[in-house]
Formats: sequence, structure tokens, C-alpha cells
Amino acid sequence: MADDKKFAGYICTGCGIGDRLDASTLEQVATRDGKMQSCKQSEMLCGAEGVQMIKDDIANDSVTHVMIAACSRRAKVEAFNFTDVALTRANLREGVIWVRPDTDENTETTQEMADDYIRMACAELKAMNKPAPSGEQELNKNILVVGGGITGMTAALEAAAAGYPVHLVEKSGALGGAVGGYYKVIPTRSPYAEPAENPVPAMIETIEANDKITVHLHSTIAKTDGAPGRFSVELATESGSSQTLSIGAMVQASGWKPYDANQLPEFAYDKSADVVTNHELEALAVAANGGPIKRPSDGKEVKSVCFIQNAGQCSDKEGHLSYFSGVTDLISIKQAMYFKELNGDCDTTILFDNLRTPGAGGEDFYRAGQQAMVTFSKGIASEVVAGDSLTVKFQDKILNEETEMACDLVVLATGMEPNSGPDPYALLALEEIEDLDERAKKQEEIIAVAPPSILNLEYRQGTDLPHLKNGFTDSHFICFPYETRRTGIYAVGPVRRPMDIQQARDDATGGAMKAIQAAENAGKGRAAHPRSGDLSFPTFRKEGCTQCKRCTVECPFGAINEDEEGYPMYNESRCRRCGTCMGACPVRVISFENYSVNTVNEQIKNCEIPEEWDEKPRILVLACENDAYPALDQAAQAGVEVNPWARVVPIRCLGSVSLSWVTDALNSGYDGIVLMGCRRDDDYQCHFVRGSAMAAERMSKVGDTLESLNLEPERVELYEVAITDIQRAPQLINDMADTVEKIGLSPFKF
Amino acid sequence: MSDLNTSMIEKYRSSFLKEVEANVEEGEWVKMCMQCGVCSGSCPLGKHWDHPPQEIFMMIRANKREEVLGSDSMWMCTSCYNCIARCPRGLPITHIMHGLAVYSKRLGLTPKKQPTAEFSQIFWDNLMKKGRVNELKLGLSMNFKDGFGEGVKNAMANQKLGQNMMKAKRMNPMEAFGGHGVKSPGDLQKIIKKAQEIEESKIQAAK
Amino acid sequence: MAKIELSFYPGCSSQKGATSSNYLVSAQTMCEELDIQLNEIPDWNCCGASIGYGGGGELPRLTLSARNIALSEEHNKGQEIVATCAACWLSTREAKERLHEDEQMFKDANAALSEAGLKYEGEANVRHMVEVLVEDIGFDGIKEKVKKPLEGLKIAGYVGCQTNRPFGIAGESFENPMYLDNIVDAVGAESIPTYEKKVQCCGGALAFSEPEKSQEMIKGILEAAYDNGADMIVTPCPLCQANTEIYQDQINEKYGTKFKMPIVYYSTLMSVAFGRSAKDAALDGHVIPAKQLEEIANK
Repeated sequence: MADDKKFAGYICTGCGIGDRLDASTLEQVATRDGKMQSCKQSEMLCGAEGVQMIKDDIANDSVTHVMIAACSRRAKVEAFNFTDVALTRANLREGVIWVRPDTDENTETTQEMADDYIRMACAELKAMNKPAPSGEQELNKNILVVGGGITGMTAALEAAAAGYPVHLVEKSGALGGAVGGYYKVIPTRSPYAEPAENPVPAMIETIEANDKITVHLHSTIAKTDGAPGRFSVELATESGSSQTLSIGAMVQASGWKPYDANQLPEFAYDKSADVVTNHELEALAVAANGGPIKRPSDGKEVKSVCFIQNAGQCSDKEGHLSYFSGVTDLISIKQAMYFKELNGDCDTTILFDNLRTPGAGGEDFYRAGQQAMVTFSKGIASEVVAGDSLTVKFQDKILNEETEMACDLVVLATGMEPNSGPDPYALLALEEIEDLDERAKKQEEIIAVAPPSILNLEYRQGTDLPHLKNGFTDSHFICFPYETRRTGIYAVGPVRRPMDIQQARDDATGGAMKAIQAAENAGKGRAAHPRSGDLSFPTFRKEGCTQCKRCTVECPFGAINEDEEGYPMYNESRCRRCGTCMGACPVRVISFENYSVNTVNEQIKNCEIPEEWDEKPRILVLACENDAYPALDQAAQAGVEVNPWARVVPIRCLGSVSLSWVTDALNSGYDGIVLMGCRRDDDYQCHFVRGSAMAAERMSKVGDTLESLNLEPERVELYEVAITDIQRAPQLINDMADTVEKIGLSPFKF
Repeated sequence: MSDLNTSMIEKYRSSFLKEVEANVEEGEWVKMCMQCGVCSGSCPLGKHWDHPPQEIFMMIRANKREEVLGSDSMWMCTSCYNCIARCPRGLPITHIMHGLAVYSKRLGLTPKKQPTAEFSQIFWDNLMKKGRVNELKLGLSMNFKDGFGEGVKNAMANQKLGQNMMKAKRMNPMEAFGGHGVKSPGDLQKIIKKAQEIEESKIQAAK
Repeated sequence: MAKIELSFYPGCSSQKGATSSNYLVSAQTMCEELDIQLNEIPDWNCCGASIGYGGGGELPRLTLSARNIALSEEHNKGQEIVATCAACWLSTREAKERLHEDEQMFKDANAALSEAGLKYEGEANVRHMVEVLVEDIGFDGIKEKVKKPLEGLKIAGYVGCQTNRPFGIAGESFENPMYLDNIVDAVGAESIPTYEKKVQCCGGALAFSEPEKSQEMIKGILEAAYDNGADMIVTPCPLCQANTEIYQDQINEKYGTKFKMPIVYYSTLMSVAFGRSAKDAALDGHVIPAKQLEEIANK
């Protein structure tokens, strides 16, 4: 194999690199230490001429491995986009000259830094292979949409409009979902002055007329097997028949369910038929059939109605929803306007504490409600007393008094709960329990209250999409809101978070596009976000594997199944290429072609460690390429200084960090190690959801290693770094330099 | 209480908000208040209002007719327009407060001896005599509004002020006899009388 | 610069022997120097001020101002109406806007005016004198005319309420308008742009009916000027001027303060800076003499 490889180095002297550094020394380092078979310089490597030079060498000289010593790997990615080779970048601009002062006394250390980065890049390149396709790719354009409400119907229509065949699966006997039975909806167009026509009937008609969409009513998913591009989905119908579909990617639009108002005895929901939820009021409005809305108890026309906002939500009381459903204030305004429309001079009061009317037309719609003479009273309801006429007791927050009002009907503005499947990790967490009987008992408890599975995934990590909070599905809420923790399955609409119709439609459109992208990516062997387009994939050396299952358990995306013997079974198109499995593997048998325990280890080893009497410490920085590394790049642009002893190695995710890198680095004489990853709590910013958290857990044991080496624990620090930490990120490195100065150099130098 | 008040109560039995909409200057804006309280926090005399504007708006919606119209609060308005400048909903709050004050006065519900209510009437009567304000007489009427005894006391208290003003030629004792005015006060009075009649006929029609 | 001709609405308080007669004298001096010709609206009447509402009600109040506008439109045709008094400006402009928006009110006002043979069209622009200074003359235009810069004087610009709200001057912010400070700078004195009471209410007409409440606010206005090291206060409003000047004795008595802060008009400053005499600047019209200005004027 080695004979087929040809290594070429390219050094850019532009952007001041040539002025600050001795390029001939760099070239020497690349060829002598780095063993590049050739090395060329360019005054502007990213220019057309420089790029052409590299292209020509690849084409004519069969160069297979390219080392570019120029700017950060995050700069000029378009210019240096050579897909058919293994590629690495030595960061001489942001990593060296921009973070070091241009003074005579610093020239030596600056050159040393640059020399090291060249050595490290060359060493990494030597350990890399050109990513090659796995042969697993399949292009399957079928999109499966689960749920026939507004969200699901929108996803189906959008995917079909893009030319992709859609299977739309609906559990009930009709399309329409929760909103299908609504009288009217919140307006989505200017002037936002009155409730709008329910869009559902028209949508159903369009779907039925669309020959790209196959609707499966009375159907649920009995089993989902496979991966994006090759999902095999077994549908079960009420009648007992079943059918298996071959699917490229999926959209889960399983929607929401109304909060159970029986948990609100203070509002007499269980005592009076005239206390209804906002969801139930819709049916009353429809039943009115254009006439006045009548109250359920005796059919009397409603002359006065009171809406109680935030009933059982936004509250820390037991049994209440701790969150706000976002849309329920707008819904009450809409429903109050029903009474103004249908019930003549009906007294209509909305008792609110904080009225929130999000969305483009929210404020206008609120004003429209005020114009229509809906009375908005800032007050908190404490009790509803049932009787012929209902009495609502409330605290008037403006007039500061306990008061009450009488009305014919009370509407409780209750919240939305997600219609999600059981959280796979609720059961998985039980594997920690060693006593099998106890484990089984807990398992039963959880299963007893768990909702039925929606997807029935045949995944090592459970049947459904993992939850984040309050049962809503987990996704990267800042950067990739559609990417759930199961690649190629996109949760959209109120199963993801509470939302209104317009938001759900937007969400569904985005989700449909993501599903299409996932199907196409699977066909080409490319990764989904955040390493979109990455062609590398993890493989493992079976003979070294101890079947410990850590990789299959720790993969944040449930990508890895186990075979009968307990060996991992990778599913390339489920994988996001974060390397968390690689960091988890205690025997280091998992690797990517271009990213492995070895590629990083080689970098660590090939940085020169000066002798103790040189008094030049070395600090290894393992920086997550998603946030920490760009933060350092930006700091460099801003001219923030970084200590000359630091050597920064970008990594895919903190989750990919192998403990061996830390121990090897310490053993080879590094004086300090700084690990930088993303925020890892419930409001995580880790691009791979759990990678950073996994790393933190593993690193909690690094103290033992240090102890066994007789080293001070402060030599290894792990930080959460955000992309905005432009001052802080370099400071953390400089802090480590101060620490090393305080506690002295490592005794492991030789 | 006046007959007008009785008939208004009869007409708007349970909706003070509607009564305000129909009869108070800029009253149709009251329903648009969103209860943020910026007006109350912006009023220079805010602490002296029994019910600051935000509360007044809420009380109107809560049908607290007597409490609002019998309140001394609206008369605390100095017409500084801070509330108008700051109201995020663009309510003409100053004018609504003026309107409520006038409406309460018209219905005979304004607290007796409310000094600003009295002053504003004295001011109006003063200007209507000759078409321009006679400051000397205005000061005297204000001093003597509560009778001769109080008037002498007030005059003594403000004696130095008056002397200072005369010295600076910004107060003229001769204004007590005649003083400035429009050429034909009668014509002006005719115009205003007509305007008052038109306004009165609207109120009567609303009864 | 071409002569500016304006239809002038002086207002009751500016008349001879009234509280702001010195404002009128200095404003006329200032206008002479700036080549502004003021054509008084013949037979103008009181605007009702901010307190007249309680006696007059809506339509009579608006009709008062409609009469003034009608007279201006008849006699000073085509000229913009300008007022020096904040209340006069506000009442007149407000009446114009209200009658413009409300067709019925427009008809009703005209019905009343026709009793004396007048007709209201509502075409004339209604402006404050300060707008003319800021928008037409400009701060540089003012600077050019300065013969005796008011050097060494530190002056707090007290804008007050109604020259500022609800209409504003030249689109400036309601919370921190700068035009008065810019005028102070233009005449060579030192302004205090951070003067925290520059838009504080002085009590307005309630200085009569609620003297204690008003004087508490006036005290704050004066105190802040002293705290900022001001030698005097400048204001564009006759009622602000009167309230902050003439009650200083009573405030001193009540609160044990020793206020003796001169309160002048922008027109006073400009008359002196433009080289006119103390008499032309009506410096003799102050209860608390502005001695430093007198010295400059007499130089």
C-alpha cells in the first residue's frame, strides 16, 4: 500500500507568513522531518496559480497526500477543496504569526511553533488514508411521513412538490389531526384582524389529488429497520394486514395532545360541563353552526365567557406543565373573537398574567381583539365555583384586589404536550442496575406509563427518538433544529416543541427538505450535519475488539447495532462521524480513514519537546473544531496573543478524545494539556449532542492516571468553550502556561 | 348628582367602557391599553394619583364607574404629555384624562373644592370675559376662591411675589381696570356659545 | 439669507404687563437680528392653555384655536403661524390636527366660527419659534450673528414639557433633546447636555392649584442645575420660566434652600450675544437678575 502513496507539501508565504517565518527552514522541516517527497512554496497558494499547481501535481505526479502549510483549516476551504486526496493543513497564519508579537526576541519561538505545526501536519498526513466509499450507499427517494395532521400533510406536500414519492401514515381514519376539527385558525396574513378559515379541508383535497403521495389511514408502524437510504418500514393496519415499505428518509410529525384538565380541580373542570378547555371549545364553536355558541350543560346561549390563561401551564405546581405552550394566548384571542362574531354582545374577558402573542401578526391580532371589545384583564384566577352561573375568583393584578366575576362559560387555556414515543434512554439507563430482578421491576414501571412506540426502531438504543425535556424530542436547538438524534428521521411540528400552525408548517417544510437531503446523502455516502459532506466513516478491527459494547452504548445517534456475538455493526448512513465511538473504545480499534487514534497520536509525538534545561514548556491543546477552534481563529484575527509553548490540535469532537492521547502526551513530556469542548448540560451546544458530556465523564477518571504518573492534577484541564469566547479561549491556554510556570516543568522530558 | 348622571347610569347600566367610548374625549382608546404601566411610571405627579392612568383604564374595564368619575386622580394631570410620548400603544392618555375629568365635572361627580377643577373653571371664565387672559384677575380670583378671609391670607402669602413681578413690569395693577382683550369680546362669546351648544346637544342625544 | 416672514401668535402672557412680557421683547430683538419679520395675527385670542380644558370642554377649546388660525389665514395669507409660547403652539397645532382628522369636528368648529363670519380652512402650518431657529436658521446661522460670545457662562438648558412633547422639535428625542444645548453652544456659552432635569415637568398650570406639589418638582429642577454647576437656566417656555423663577423665594422659605438661579429665555441669550443692549434683551424683566448677562450686554 505504502508504495501507492505520494506525499507533497505546499507552503504559502503570503499574508505575512514569508515575512515572519523562514520559509526555507519550513521547507526543510517538511522534507527532512516530515518526509514529504516534495515541497513547494507559493506567494499566494490559495490563488488560481497556487491551486492549479496542486491540482497538476495530483493529476500528473499522482500525489495522494497533500500537506498545506498556510492559513487555518477553516479558511480558504473552497480553494483547497481536493476531494480525491488525503489532506491536512498546518496553521501558520491564525495559529502562529497572528498570535505572536512581531519582535526580535520572539522570532525564535515563533519559528519553532511553525516548524512544529509542519512536523505535526506531516505526521498526521502519514497516518491518514484517502477516504473511500464503504459500498453501503443506496439512493432511495421514498420519504415516509408519520402523522397526518397539518404538520405531516405539509411535509408530504412539500416533499412531493420537490419530486419525491411520499408515504403518509396516519393512525386514525382521517387526515387532519388535532386542528382538523377547529372552527377557525389564527390568521397568518396581514392585517391579522380576524380568525381565518381552517386550512385543513383544502389541504386534504390537495393531498388526495396528488399522485406522488400515498396515504395510509388506520395505520401504524410495526417495525423500522435499517438506516437512511435503506429503511425497511413495516406498516400495520387496524384490520390486521401489513405491508413493508422501502424508505430513504423519514419525517415524524406525530403532533401533540391536549393537557388533561382533570388535573385542575380548582377550576371545577371535573364538576361543571360549562368549564371547557380551549381544545374543547372548538367543537362547541363548530356545533354552533354559525349561530351563537351554547353552553354544554343546558344549551343556553352564552352571554358571558371568561378565558383563564396559563391554566395548568407555566407553573411549577405538581401535575402542571412547567413550560408555556407559546400559542395559547393567541388561541384565546381567536376564540374570544368567536364570541364577538357569533354571540352578539357577549361579555368576553381574558384573564391573563403575561399575555404573549408571538409571531409576525401576534401584536396586531391582540389589538384586533381589543378593537373587538374583548376585555383583557390582568388577573390570576384562583378558583372557579360551579353553579348555574359560574363564579371565577381572581386576583386583579392592576387594582390589587381579590375579586370575582360571574359568567356562563369558562374556557381554560391549557397547554400542548408532545405525542412522542417512549424515551429510549429511560430504559437504557437501567442497564446500570446490576440486580437483574430490580432492573426488571424498574423496567416494568417505566413501560407501564410509557406511551406506545411510534417508530418501533430496531436500534440498539431503543425504539424511538430520544427526548430532551418534558417529552419533546431532542435536537440541536441552536444550530440544527431538525437533526434529531436518529439520522435521517426528522421530528417536526409540536412533537419537537409547542408551536402554532404557521410555525408547524414552516417546520414541516424544513423537515421535508432535510429528509430529502438525508436520502440523497445516503445515496452518496455523505454525512449529515454537522460534518455534512464528510465521506469518511468509522470501521473497527474485529480481531482487537473485546465486545465491551461501549461504542454501541455511547454513540449519541444510536448508529451502531450489535450482532449476535456482541460485535458492533456500523450503519454508515446513520453515523455523523463525530468519533465518539473512537474515544469510547478502550482498545483503540475504531478509526476513520482520515481521523484516528493514530493520526492525533502522531501529531502529539512529532511536536519537538525541548530538553528540560531549555526551559521551553509544551502545552497540548485539544480543541473541538466546531466551537473552540473557530474561537481561537477569531481571537487570532483580533490579534489576541497566545503563549508560544502551546500546540493546538483540532479534533472532531471532545467525544472522540482517546484517553491514550492524554497519557501518551504526558508520558512524552508535555507540561500541560488543555481540552476544549462545547457546553454539555441540558442546554448543550455540543454539535454531536452527547460527545462533550461523554468526554467529561471519561476525563473525570484522568486524575487517577495523573496520580499514577505522580503528576499534579492541574496539568490537565477540561473547559467548555463557546464560539464567542474570543478573549477567553486564548486566556485559558495562557492560564495553563502560568500554571506550568508555577508548578514547574514535567519530569517526563528526555 | 345631576339628571344627566342618572340617565347615563340608566343607559350604560353594565358597561362603563361603552359609556366612556361614547362620551369621553378620545375614550375609544381606553380598550387598547395593554396594561404595561409605563404611563403611571412616567407621570411627574404619579405618586399623588389615587389611581394612576393604568389603573384608571383597568377600572373602566372593570365597570368601576363611581370610583373613576368620583376620583380626584385625573385632576392631577399637569399636561406634561410624558405618558403620550412614552405609551407603546400610542394612546392619547393626557387627552383621555382631561376628557374623563371634564365628563366627571359635567355629571357633577368631581370632588367638591378640587383645586385644579376650580382653577380651570376660573381660568376659562377669565379668558371668556375679554378673549384674553387677565393674569391679575386670574391670580385674585384664585386667591379669593374660598372666600374673603382665605383670600387675604393667600394674598399676604404671595405679597412678595407680586411685588417682585410688578418691579419687573410683569404684573400690572392697572389690569384690574379693563386690561387686554380682543376687539369684540361679544363676537368671540357668540362663537364659543355656539360651540358649547353643539357639544351639549351631542351629550343630550347620547342620553 | 432671505427675510423670513411669519404670522405671529404672541399669546396672553407675552402682553405688556404680563408674566412673560420680557420674552416678547427679547424675541422681537432676536428676530430683528435674524431678519425675521413677525406679522402679529390681528385680534388673536387666548388658546385656552393647558388648563382651559376643565372649563371649556373639547369643541369650545378647539374652536378658540380655530379662530386664531382662521384670522391668520385671512389676514396673513400664505404665512406659517409661529408661536413663542409652548401652550399656544401646542393648543393651536393640536387643534389643527384634530380638526383635520375629525370631519364632524371640522364642520362643528366652522359652524361656531360662522357666528362671527369667520371661516376655518386649516391650511397654515403651525410652528414654534424654536423650530424656525433650528430648522430654518440653523445653529451655524445663529453662530454667524454672534458679536459677543457668552464666554465663561455655564447654562443648563431646561426644555420642559410642551415645547418637547407631544410634537417634538426637529425630530429630536423626547427624552434627551439637544437643541437648547446646541443654541447655548452656538452663542458661545458652555452647555450641560447631561442636565438630568431638562425635560422634567415644572407643574405647569398646577403651580396655581397645587403649589406644594409643583414647588417640589421646581426645587428638583433648580437643584440639578446647581449640582451641574450652572450659572443660569435657559428655557423656551414662558410658564417654565415663570414657575422656576418666581417661586424660588417660597421654595427657599419652605425647604431652607438658598436658590437664586437666574432663568432666561433663549431669546435673551441671543439678544445679548448678538450685541444688543440689556434693555433690548429685556434683562430688566427678571425677578432674579441675570447679572453675568447684564455685564456682557453693558460691555
